[in-house]
Amino acid sequence: MNKAELILLETLCSQYSVEMSFFTNLGDIGLIEIKTIEESHYIHSDQMTDIEKMIRMHRELDVNIEGIDVVWNLLKKIDALQNELIVLKNRLQRYED
Amino acid sequence: MEFIDYYRILGLSKNATEKEIKNAYRKLARKYHPDVNPNDKEAERKFKEVNEANEVLSHPENRKKYDQYGKDWKHAEQFEQAKQQRQYSRGPRQGPSGGFSEGDFSGGDFSDFFESMFGGGSSRARSGNVRFRGQDYHAELQLSLEDVYTTHKRTLTVNGKNIRLTIPAGVKDGQEIKIKGHGGEGVNGGPRGDLLIRFNIINNTRFKLVKDDLFVTVDLPLYTALLGGEIIVETFDGKAKLKVPPETQNGTKVKLKGKGFPVYKKEGAFGDLYITYQVKMPTNLTGKEKELFTELSKLRTP
Repeated sequence: MNKAELILLETLCSQYSVEMSFFTNLGDIGLIEIKTIEESHYIHSDQMTDIEKMIRMHRELDVNIEGIDVVWNLLKKIDALQNELIVLKNRLQRYED
Repeated sequence: MEFIDYYRILGLSKNATEKEIKNAYRKLARKYHPDVNPNDKEAERKFKEVNEANEVLSHPENRKKYDQYGKDWKHAEQFEQAKQQRQYSRGPRQGPSGGFSEGDFSGGDFSDFFESMFGGGSSRARSGNVRFRGQDYHAELQLSLEDVYTTHKRTLTVNGKNIRLTIPAGVKDGQEIKIKGHGGEGVNGGPRGDLLIRFNIINNTRFKLVKDDLFVTVDLPLYTALLGGEIIVETFDGKAKLKVPPETQNGTKVKLKGKGFPVYKKEGAFGDLYITYQVKMPTNLTGKEKELFTELSKLRTP
């Protein structure tokens, strides 16, 4: 893995003014993947969009970690349903003239 | 410009307490927050409304001004204007709304009503010096099926900037592509967001597209179906000559390998074309034809 794409958790804590426990809890619950290299904890930059969303949910909407987990699962389900809907609409188009 | 009833937006009465306002705002923000309503323009609009209402009602000064002028807010404007004109009586005459909309609101997040009443004096509620990535912009691009049969370039104008975009052949309806760094400015020096383009593909052709395969119905003359022969069919980008075996039934399907739609991001790979034959019965039979068909039908009678 390219180390340049990893972001140190301490950096995120200071940048977003969030406690370290916020990230470790997200990691424990399986919402983000924390990599440990030589006793330092990192996350891959690919996850930043998701992490920022979670920080906003936490800060702007007062949703706790467990709540974020529930919301996240539901959002994934909505996304899958929306995609399925598009596929079905396309398939239906075949029978409409 | 219309009067906006901020109390109604938050579902409150005019004598709501600060706590009630806070609670109502929180509840609605949780419901309409863009992070929990992806790709939902209506929710985004409501979220902005709710935010604006909160911006006014949760700041005692703003609330007081809003309550004071209420529905007569237009007079407030006139009143303020008159005051300003008195102050700058020697300066150039101001236009009807001069001096009010100097507020620098990024992306027009607030209504004209808000800006005319509060100008740019109020700041966003976002917390202090946290650096956030900029907002992702969502755009929709409408293309025809013919457009996406080949890879082509397009220039899009997003927020005044031209972006040259290569649209790969075979892009699907509803598919989204991400263009890094072309979204909104970051907050407090954070990185820019991304531009997400969702393709809306309109199919006005005779062909139906399912995944990468094309489907089409082709008329087959009765005699070709019965006796066999050759027909020319139109494929998506040309023509193909097909051998029709004798006694071909109505509804028979033929697969033309590789004559379907290009596969997204797989150069040279194509889906298949499925042709369904629809046997065309002759009409307006002549007397002679009728006679011959009658004779034929007798040969078939068991």
